Amino acid sequence: MKIVEGIYYSKDHEWIKVEGDKACIGITDYAQHALGEIVYVEMPEVDDELDSGDAFSVIESVKAASDAYMPLSGTVIEINEELEDSPELLNSSPYESWILKVKISDLSELDSLMNHEDYKAFCESESH
Amino acid sequence: MQNLKKTALFDTHEKYGGKIIDFSGWQLPVQYEGITSEHESTRNKAGLFDVSHMGEVEIKGKDAFKFVQNLVTNDVSVLEDNQVLYTFMCYEHGGVVDDLLVYRFDEEHFFLVINAGNIDKDFEWMKMNSEEYDIELMNISDQVSQLAIQGPSAQEILQKLIDVDLTQIHFFYCKRNVNIDGVSCLVSRTGYTGEDGFEIYLDNDRAEYVWEKLMEVGKELGLKPVGLGARDTLRFEVALPLYGNELSKDITPLEAGLGFFVKLEKDDFIGKDALIKQKSDGLKRKIVGFEMIDKGIPRHGYEVWADGKQIGFVTTGYASPTVKKNIGFAMVPIEYSKLDTPIEIKVRKRILKAKVVSKRFYTKSYKKV
Repeated sequence: MKIVEGIYYSKDHEWIKVEGDKACIGITDYAQHALGEIVYVEMPEVDDELDSGDAFSVIESVKAASDAYMPLSGTVIEINEELEDSPELLNSSPYESWILKVKISDLSELDSLMNHEDYKAFCESESH
Repeated sequence: MQNLKKTALFDTHEKYGGKIIDFSGWQLPVQYEGITSEHESTRNKAGLFDVSHMGEVEIKGKDAFKFVQNLVTNDVSVLEDNQVLYTFMCYEHGGVVDDLLVYRFDEEHFFLVINAGNIDKDFEWMKMNSEEYDIELMNISDQVSQLAIQGPSAQEILQKLIDVDLTQIHFFYCKRNVNIDGVSCLVSRTGYTGEDGFEIYLDNDRAEYVWEKLMEVGKELGLKPVGLGARDTLRFEVALPLYGNELSKDITPLEAGLGFFVKLEKDDFIGKDALIKQKSDGLKRKIVGFEMIDKGIPRHGYEVWADGKQIGFVTTGYASPTVKKNIGFAMVPIEYSKLDTPIEIKVRKRILKAKVVSKRFYTKSYKKV
């Protein structure tokens, strides 16, 4: 299982890459593996204002639909349209395939997220 | 996963990388390398399934034929020895207790294959309806393992291990006491994928051995282990029903579009009067195929809408691996059942456009000799 250094992680298995007051959000290798083959990603809309914990996307695998939850509060500024035709990118390259970009509402919310070491330990505890 | 049953192949599934889930109280693999690739392997080459969770009931005795003929909707009198029949057991009101396969070994010896989640309920139902018959009913589900090998290469692979000429086992026939690399088995040719294929029934303690032998000889012909996920997508594409989805206590075989397996002109059977009445009154609702027009994937249980109101429900829905479309089956009122009727599917919060299409999403390729 791949974990990338230098980015944030949530307990819902999302990764968050922060640049200034903006963040790219995607799902981790652990998440894509647990979901199985992803066949459709339902996106939020640009300008949606979402709170931490809100469902921002529905990721559908062959077998089931799963919600993805906002790891922090923010306003959607861009969605990755490439996923519309190629949702399988979330399986093949989860860390290169962001789902949405947001403008972060409250930078202090980053304190509640995990770094890569904490996330690695968290995944190991989830697997047992 | 405590208190769940394991099949004799549990360790084998772990060895092959199966992702284990709880299915009807059993620990079984939903997939190994991936649902789509397992689905395609079965369509193009061959897939090996552990279906040991399925139930088996043996019926012996003077009245065995009479008992089964009264129990099920299809006409058991047409069966020759070693022939197999797909049918339903119905309640008096016409709803379905279960769908099952009936194997006739001879007039006084039958073998029924039932769904895993229904074993206890079905066996109780059989016992309750057996009092007037001179028969012995045996639930042998725990002693029997079942492997299924399905796909265009299934015959070629199994032929390498078996001591009979498989071309002599015709579609929906079986052969008892055949020898697979030294193991005595019951083999039939039915299937639940739309492809040609065989079921192998054997003792639990020989299941792993036969599985490994099949994988060994099947490797060069593309045999792959297949989980329950692809089993469901495969059966769905060829419009085969699943109990709990297209069939239930509240859905009759006629509403499910499976009247072909209900012979209303045969002798008395449980549920006959209700089904005759339903047919003569005309169906009020039925299960149709549908295809999404808007983007979105239908799922079991989603609401079907039309004319601003909910009119029905989705019984099965998928992004279909072979057909490459988002398709499903839905129960709708009869006035919405014509081909090309526009309907809507409520996918979570959104109402999405769809239309009624034929349930035959994919053409079966059985070897009907």
